[in-house]
Amino acid sequence: MTNHPEPGPGIRSPLHDAHVAAGASFTDFAGWQMPVRYSSELDEHRAVRTAAGLFDLSHMAEILVAGPEAGAALDFALSGHISTLDIGQARYTLLLTPEGGVIDDVIVYRTHENRFGVVANAGNRFEAAGALSVRAVGFDTTVVDESEALALIAVQGPRAEEILLSLDGLDVPVPVGSLRNYRCVTGVWRGNEIMIARTGYTGEDGFELYIRVAFAQELWESLLEVGAPHGLIPAGLACRDTLRLEAGMPLYGHELGLDIRPQQVGLGRTVRLEGKGDFVGRQASEVPLPEGARLLVGLASEGRRAGRAGYAVFDSPEGGEPVGEVTSGALSPTLGHPIAMAFVDRALSEPGTPLYIDVRGTRIAASVTSLPFYKRSTPQRKVAP
Amino acid sequence: MSEQAELKYTAEHEWVRIDGDTLTVGITAYAADKLGEVVFVDVPEAGASVSKGKVVAEVESTKSVGEVYAPVDGTIVESNSAVADNPELINEDPTGAGWLFTIRIGSPESFDASGLLDADAYAALTRG
Repeated sequence: MTNHPEPGPGIRSPLHDAHVAAGASFTDFAGWQMPVRYSSELDEHRAVRTAAGLFDLSHMAEILVAGPEAGAALDFALSGHISTLDIGQARYTLLLTPEGGVIDDVIVYRTHENRFGVVANAGNRFEAAGALSVRAVGFDTTVVDESEALALIAVQGPRAEEILLSLDGLDVPVPVGSLRNYRCVTGVWRGNEIMIARTGYTGEDGFELYIRVAFAQELWESLLEVGAPHGLIPAGLACRDTLRLEAGMPLYGHELGLDIRPQQVGLGRTVRLEGKGDFVGRQASEVPLPEGARLLVGLASEGRRAGRAGYAVFDSPEGGEPVGEVTSGALSPTLGHPIAMAFVDRALSEPGTPLYIDVRGTRIAASVTSLPFYKRSTPQRKVAP
Repeated sequence: MSEQAELKYTAEHEWVRIDGDTLTVGITAYAADKLGEVVFVDVPEAGASVSKGKVVAEVESTKSVGEVYAPVDGTIVESNSAVADNPELINEDPTGAGWLFTIRIGSPESFDASGLLDADAYAALTRG
């Protein structure tokens, strides 16, 4: 067996003790010691698809951007048109380099007229906070890294709404049941400020809850208690990865990076060249992708042997040069067959194209598939008109 | 003496049960736990001639792949077809029903060179 390193001491989540008590196994994630699974990552995956899972995402970075020109500063700093967001609206957007690569993918929440929360990946916390601070210079706004003050708990799955509706002591101006997809609301839970957003990273309906770290454990335990009759179980990072892969969602460091253009991964629409002024990365983004740039595709295979990050992709069962590389892959717990995302030559990116993944010396047949691999069947909440 | 204590171990997290000139090999509970739920197992063909340190089996979870190495030079006698059909046996009973293969030791010298660990030495390794 290959040796699996023990997680180092790492930064502990404010919910660490609850995870230990629940019997979690831990993994190092961007310097944090986070639960990888509680008992079974397959059960946790299925719970999110059929009922609900409770995730501790306190490692994520929260950066507050506030002030009269906060919206304008974010229009300049990010790829999206952030100043057009309604109060209580969220948007997935990118922090680009001047060369058009991706420093991080973030979600921006407009919680108040002049207050925006930017949620970045744990591993990019300092890069994201630093870039936002530098890019905000000259705007009447302040940028504050609140990551250490805030915990993030996600309730994801088709029963997430019922679970939040059974949580006692929640006082929000918009009832949770009428909160639409990619909308958020700031309210109070048992006297403490809470921000609830209908967002997630699993391909299911669900909510993300931001609260001060001091109250995180009480919220976690309350959710587990009211959620248990609805099938809610705690879920770790192992199933989070297979859930997002099935949903075709990119993971920074795999499908996104400094040398990857958004247009290569189907995120060209998040770079708003029309309707807003200058922003970091605009000039580079106006240049069309070079002919040779590879595109991200889905790959589906038969059997049970999965292609994994870094494995070469070929267009023939033997010989030849690689035509691409897998960025993420696993045996899909929901679909029962291997799935992967990969960058491949543009000429081979059409759905149905037969390709081969070199799985440790054996080429496994795979077919190019449109993303996502999995789409939930429950009706999606209406997006903003 | 407990059953666990009779097993020998490799530093690559395999357990070995010695029965005359034949070894039964699997992955340890520690390794199975680190890997997560096993969803695919590839076991070697009976009759295959293998050398120590060569990858002879693969154990995959949704998260990662574990490669299993031959602990000695020798010949594969039998593979566990039950784990190929029911990979979860590796998590449920790693040192019992979750065995992977048996191997006939090629020569006494190859066994002497295997450097197998006893239970205490292996426990010290995983306490890390």
